[in-house]
Amino acid sequence: MISDIFNLAFLTGLIGATLRMATPIIFATLGEIISERSGVLNLGIEGTMLMGAMTGFLVTLITGSQWLGVFTAAIAGILLGLLMAFLAVYLGLSQHVSGLGITLFATGLSMFIYRLKVGSPTVPPTVDPFKKVVIPVLSDIPVIGSSIFSSYLLTYIAIILIPLVSLLLYKTKVGLKIRTVGANPFAADTVGVNVNLLRTLCLMTGGALMAIGGSFLTLAHQNMFLIDVVGGRGWIAIAMTIFGNWDPVKGAAGALIFGVLDGFQLRLQALGFRIPFHIFLMIPYLITIVALVSVSRKATVPASLLKPYRREEKGS
Amino acid sequence: MSLSIVKRKPLPGWVKLLIPLGAILVALLFSAIPIVIARGALFKSYYYLFYGALGTRYNLLETFVKASPLILTGLSVSFAFRARFWNIGAEGQLLAGATVAAWIGIYFVGIPSFLLLPLTIIGGFVAGGFWAFVPAALKTKLKVDDVVSTLLLNYVMIHIMGTLLFGPMQQPGSSWPRSPAILDAAQYPVLIPRSRFHLGIPLALLAVLIIWFINDRTVFGYRSKAVGVNIRAANFGGINTNSVIICTALISGGLAGLAGVGEVCAIQYKLIMDISPGYGYTGIVIAMLGNLHPLGAMFSAFFLSIINVGAQTMSRMTGVPVYIVGVIEAVSLIIMLIFLLFTEYRLRWERK
Amino acid sequence: MTYGKEPVVEMQGITKRFLDVVANKNIDFSLFPGEICALLGENGAGKTTLMNILFGYYSCDEGKIFIKGEEVSLSSPRDAIKRGVGMIHQHFTLVPSQTVLENVIIGAEPGRWLLIDKKSAREKLIRLQKKFGLLIDPDAEVWTLSVGERQKVEILKALYRNVDILIMDEPTAVLALAEIVELFKTLKALASENRSIIFISHKLHEVMEISDRIVVLRNGEVVAERKTGETNVKELANLMVGRELLERIEKKEITPGERVLSVDDLTVLSDRGLEAVKKVSFSLHKYEILGMAGVSGNGQKELAEVLFGIREKSGGKIFIKGKELKDGNPHESIKRGIARIPEDRIDTGLLMDLSVEENLILEVHSTPAFQQRGLFNFQNIHNFSETKIREYNIKTDNRDAPTKTLSGGNLQKVILARELAGEPIVLIACQPTRGLDVGAMEYIHARLLEQRDRGCGILLISEDLDEIFLLSDRIIVIYEGRIIGEADIHQATREQIGLWMSGVEEK
Repeated sequence: MISDIFNLAFLTGLIGATLRMATPIIFATLGEIISERSGVLNLGIEGTMLMGAMTGFLVTLITGSQWLGVFTAAIAGILLGLLMAFLAVYLGLSQHVSGLGITLFATGLSMFIYRLKVGSPTVPPTVDPFKKVVIPVLSDIPVIGSSIFSSYLLTYIAIILIPLVSLLLYKTKVGLKIRTVGANPFAADTVGVNVNLLRTLCLMTGGALMAIGGSFLTLAHQNMFLIDVVGGRGWIAIAMTIFGNWDPVKGAAGALIFGVLDGFQLRLQALGFRIPFHIFLMIPYLITIVALVSVSRKATVPASLLKPYRREEKGS
Repeated sequence: MSLSIVKRKPLPGWVKLLIPLGAILVALLFSAIPIVIARGALFKSYYYLFYGALGTRYNLLETFVKASPLILTGLSVSFAFRARFWNIGAEGQLLAGATVAAWIGIYFVGIPSFLLLPLTIIGGFVAGGFWAFVPAALKTKLKVDDVVSTLLLNYVMIHIMGTLLFGPMQQPGSSWPRSPAILDAAQYPVLIPRSRFHLGIPLALLAVLIIWFINDRTVFGYRSKAVGVNIRAANFGGINTNSVIICTALISGGLAGLAGVGEVCAIQYKLIMDISPGYGYTGIVIAMLGNLHPLGAMFSAFFLSIINVGAQTMSRMTGVPVYIVGVIEAVSLIIMLIFLLFTEYRLRWERK
Repeated sequence: MTYGKEPVVEMQGITKRFLDVVANKNIDFSLFPGEICALLGENGAGKTTLMNILFGYYSCDEGKIFIKGEEVSLSSPRDAIKRGVGMIHQHFTLVPSQTVLENVIIGAEPGRWLLIDKKSAREKLIRLQKKFGLLIDPDAEVWTLSVGERQKVEILKALYRNVDILIMDEPTAVLALAEIVELFKTLKALASENRSIIFISHKLHEVMEISDRIVVLRNGEVVAERKTGETNVKELANLMVGRELLERIEKKEITPGERVLSVDDLTVLSDRGLEAVKKVSFSLHKYEILGMAGVSGNGQKELAEVLFGIREKSGGKIFIKGKELKDGNPHESIKRGIARIPEDRIDTGLLMDLSVEENLILEVHSTPAFQQRGLFNFQNIHNFSETKIREYNIKTDNRDAPTKTLSGGNLQKVILARELAGEPIVLIACQPTRGLDVGAMEYIHARLLEQRDRGCGILLISEDLDEIFLLSDRIIVIYEGRIIGEADIHQATREQIGLWMSGVEEK
């Protein structure tokens, strides 16, 4: 039994499945980290991902181009980020409630648009999903080569984005501004940084990443749109943001761990293990909660997270 | 010219009562956009939206039926949010309540039948309360963020249900994830003949009164309000904030659990995976529309119930997808938030 | 000093309103190159508001601003910085988790494209540091620095932007004597380079020492302007308050009674896990006000929080009337007869969104008079709150008005009314009059003395030496978490206390 599990083919399959399951979460986690580093918790993430999944799917269904689908999904994510910015940044409404509002809104709208365009056929329509891209030479490396270097292009992009976002936050001018706006917006304002504009840009960028992550679900992970296609991955990304202590590399590492668990579950199912699959589906969420327990005490939250910034609060 | 938001002088209290009404009105106006896009005739759509919910005796009573879980989840969320316990987990707590209610209702064969229903109700309340206790304990003891933990626990609960419904609780002989029917004695009695108007509806209204009483008259209501307003100052003033949060969670989760009991004992008479179409999440909208007040939750639950029931008829008559409901709900929540903001702030144009 | 020169800043007819409050009324103000101009006024006089307008942080409702001869419209600090105006706020605008270098360059980062050129940034910073003697490790994270060092970072931040008009808002409030001397040296060096400095303060002696010219604000208006050489403390005091300032208090001589509070070898950790209070011991008696002098940030906050019951100690013991006090439990502190006035009224002391009444009953709401079996007795509660509002002359529309609608002085009265309701044995008062106007200050002082005469032992933690000398029977000084000096009020001198506050110990 055990030897059946841990043979090479299983390992190869596991690594492949891990990357596939982790890709949307990496996108979403990076998007959430950028937003939260600027001081805005975006609970619109789950809805934004669903919107991205729906938009990507529908555009691909209509035009036949997956990349056009991804692009449109990103635009939809940017628009939702903008809406979040309007509510939580410019109006300064509760970030919790605005974000949940966005998720409800995006969920309702996604379902509405999908139903409007597709109707309710007995068999849901499908699209041609992305093809895996095999990188020559590298993919010939035994075990890891055929699994890592034969993935979807979006997966490669997600992995390249991890160091890029890290570089953005820690080494660039705008990154320093983002971190300062999230920690002490007053300090940023007094040196001439437009706090609300920067937060808006972060929410838009974050929204785009979340939506791209969502589109991966309907254009690569699966090839159809189902109501529960996101299934809480947005909330997992929020957990990973905390787990990674608001650091892109650690957050993405968390997403990969989640991917391993999810991939493991898939592989075991594929091998026909007669264990109720709902138990497997539950494990990643449980592990995420346990992970949160282990890091929450020493988490260093961006100091101004959840706090809207307004001038002229008082006189004197 | 530039626009900025500045504090305004306090508005009179009656304005606060008008705000939810205004928000609902504006949200309905906004939903004209998707209706038009869906090529629905505007007047006809709105007519059937309300006719479908209020126009016939049966539909009117159905609106009450639909309102009962919504009142309970709305109350659940408002009670938690009032103490700034961010319980986004009413959905999971509802499912927990439903699962335990079904378990008691199906398998507690031996006990006297007059005891079965009360036991089912209590069991559902306790189960929901327990499912909210977990994140509350994680928050107070281990500083785990309540938003994330309550959300994640929703999914854990779904999969627990799945495990049970494909396993020990599955109806023998069935390959679908559904349980056997509950015993007759565990059913909520129907109170108005030729309808589904059941005991759960007066129970929900009773819950409104009880929560209202707790909030306004009791020491606990005061403490939970103080914790919600400023947990640091409440602690400084000698209030045991941890125990307030935990008790708040127990009650909040229990209310959501009762919503689950209602769905099992009065609507489905068994446990199925789709026992709730997201009542727990709708509870958030209801709580905010009701300004976290129990009476407000009751009225906004009725509003959302009207929309939900009416949309079925509207969809049938005009072809506008029923998912318009989700859009209207979310838009009214967002508009409500904006309106609330402008009770404290106003816009100001500035010359430059 | 050359008044023949053109002013670098000219503000004309500046008016600024916040809701009903007029913060600045038709103010004219000018600043000349190379001068240090003091803006003097008590709390709420409108000094900071006026300067925030010059800094582009607030926009004014009426008036014109000229900088270096050119009329400007400042819609954000960016516009002001571009014209050479910098402001160092009372609450520092630094990010504790970032390095000194990062804090200095934010918003003015060198480098092409996106990347920061840390090397040239560092070189420029070090050049500035050497020139003005503001030496701090550029790679140190700000949270590890002392308050004085942080202020230097703020000054470097302004200099890095080539600011030649520097506004400093109450810069000495958080500094020890030695640090103040150093700051003044830096300011004079800057002025000698033809940079102009606006020095906001309400401390008369400092203003006399550092400035060339003094502009006095009262209730949002300029009431006087003097060359520093041509005025004196007494005149300034009268101008600032509009009446005789020097508070006279009739203090009865009472012999202290039994010991009510004793603190033995108390050690407390700060939020960062460092020892903020190190083996501190002292005692407090009936009929006594013990003044604890010290610059903020020397462990007072942590010490007080342990007594409040909202922080746990890591070593030592506390006794109230000889019985040990359990820590980490505010309820216990209240029950044992400790009345507590926290430093931070708004975040710790009050429930700003709740009504005045709900704040007044916070600590007593569970006593049998106000509730039976968990149900409130509103009749008694209303009587209680009405009585307190009358007794303490709290200015509020009614008992149900939200607390956030009250003024600073009335907020403090709500806390006093609440804390003194139970005839406490010990009162811990942290910075009880910080940020209050003179009227409210006098009121609070009178109430504290009344408590002392009743027999309460009061620990008065304050960084305001006037207040310490006015009220105390005995003074102890805290420095870096240790008590480094103690003196009876009759023997204590300002000079000695000041030295102790800067860490100079007796041999």
